[in-house]
Amino acid sequence: MFQVRIHGRGGQGVVSAAEMLSIAAFEEGKHSQAVPSFGSERMGAPVVAYVRIDDKEIELREPVLDPNLLIIQDPTLFSAIDVFAGLRDDGYVLLNTNKSLAELGIEEATKRLPAGHVATVPATELALKHLKRPTPNTVLLGAFTAMSDTVQLESVCDAIMKKFPGKIGEMNVAAAKAAHEAAIAA
Amino acid sequence: MLKQIEGSHAVAEAVGLCRPQVISAYPITPQTHIVEDLGTMVKAGKIENCEFLLVESEFGALSACIGSSAAGARSYTATASQGMLFMMEAVYNASGMSLPIVMTVGNRAIGAPINIWNDWGDSMSARDAGWIQLFVEDNQQAVDVHIQAFKLAEELCLPVMVCMDGFILTHSYSQVDMPEQGQVDQFLPPFEPRQVLDPAAPLSMGAMVGPEAFTEVRFLAHHKQREALDLIPRHAAEFQSIMGRDSGGLIKEFDCAGAETVIVTMGSVIGTMKEVLAGMREEGHSIGALTIRSFRPFPSEALIEALKDAKRIIVFEKCLAVGMGGIVSMNVRMALQDFPLHVHSVIGGLGGRPITRKNLRRLFEKGLNDQLQETHFHDIDMEIVNRELEREKEQRQSGSIAENILHDVGVVAAAKTI
Repeated sequence: MFQVRIHGRGGQGVVSAAEMLSIAAFEEGKHSQAVPSFGSERMGAPVVAYVRIDDKEIELREPVLDPNLLIIQDPTLFSAIDVFAGLRDDGYVLLNTNKSLAELGIEEATKRLPAGHVATVPATELALKHLKRPTPNTVLLGAFTAMSDTVQLESVCDAIMKKFPGKIGEMNVAAAKAAHEAAIAA
Repeated sequence: MLKQIEGSHAVAEAVGLCRPQVISAYPITPQTHIVEDLGTMVKAGKIENCEFLLVESEFGALSACIGSSAAGARSYTATASQGMLFMMEAVYNASGMSLPIVMTVGNRAIGAPINIWNDWGDSMSARDAGWIQLFVEDNQQAVDVHIQAFKLAEELCLPVMVCMDGFILTHSYSQVDMPEQGQVDQFLPPFEPRQVLDPAAPLSMGAMVGPEAFTEVRFLAHHKQREALDLIPRHAAEFQSIMGRDSGGLIKEFDCAGAETVIVTMGSVIGTMKEVLAGMREEGHSIGALTIRSFRPFPSEALIEALKDAKRIIVFEKCLAVGMGGIVSMNVRMALQDFPLHVHSVIGGLGGRPITRKNLRRLFEKGLNDQLQETHFHDIDMEIVNRELEREKEQRQSGSIAENILHDVGVVAAAKTI
């Protein structure tokens, strides 16, 4: 079972990202579960969502406590909550930022992870460029498919179009593809 | 057809397949997505001959269904938490007037203190209101049991609540096999009411009944619920013959036969428990589980049959009768009173407190080692409790309990919802 925990703030599409990731896994014939962990539903409040992907039915209902991969949509969360809690020693971190790990003060926290397991993507900038909105979720999903082969970019793009049919979906697909290419090139 | 779909959306589609004629809606977390989706479906013409009413309150939502059901229309609504409390007078009226309304409850805690997360406080507040209460364990069952609920309600002329864990099920995406319209039509015939409000043939519904007949009316309500004990398994079998799935029924056993210790619970928590229990059985422990799927009527005989040879029963429930203890366990104890069984009551998951493999394992081990109290509060932080008790001892004006405890726990923990 592959477990993903997505951290962000209300309004950044954390819950939608989890849902789209689960649809992408389903499109590939896998079992998947996406669950939000809402706090008070308001813009800017910390939001967490979980995704589980497996070849068999998933019955587990606990929060994702030991993720294989963390998607961090907002780098200002580090001071508020322990986003790295439970991350496996061979885990991955995908982070929306244009700063270095040292600048963010998380070099120490990520040191234990294998080389190449931490990636940063300026997802907000990419989102502004492609969507004219600072919603980094689909950008990060595109980068996710470059980092992990759990789901493929095509399935993520299909899932985006399922969730947001039409023009908005197309713009998000373009953003996801751009992030995927940028991540591969990096 | 297999779909990766949100629980609420799956329920909305299932309700749509049941050809409802009136849907009344008032939003309250965590059931809002269900009625929102139904509203969209009605507007798009996906549900034929259906009136969608956006009402002014939960009291209005159920009252509208009472009116439409009395007029012979298949009627549906959904609610949760404080919404259920606000409609409570109508809840009793719907059952008292024998109106086969189906209502989803997206199970959520009741305040104060206000809490939007999952437990069974809302459904339990209406456990004696004369409604049938069916609990589901996953979103496939949520879909299947709603379809069975309409058939059960209409055959018996009793309203049915389908209780599904808020957020954990309502807001989770998972794979669901959506039935085809033809299959649902085969299972669920059109609604044929026993009593209809019709200007051409006037009759009185909701008449005042005095001491001369009230007991008999109530006895009949009880009698009809007991009839459901036969109907529910029959419908589940019929459903299975059409859909090919075992969904619904009174109870479900999970490696319970022959087990010395049996965990009894309801709803979605069984998913996490199954994994823990499988691990413990592999280590040689004699432990199984059972879920109660029909809480009202309470399946006493089915429970006796399944549990009579066990030595220890641990009832895990997401609700509390303050001043008494466990609610489900109270019912289980009464069902098993003639058997020399030890029934422990474990209260857990209140207000959305996560129930994890780790804390369940700890709990079950305590159970096996006879370390559980009669009423055990799962994963409770007694330090926080004692600090408040100390504060109250020290000063008269100790302040608000909720606020004090939040202060002790700290904002970080409050923001950290995992």
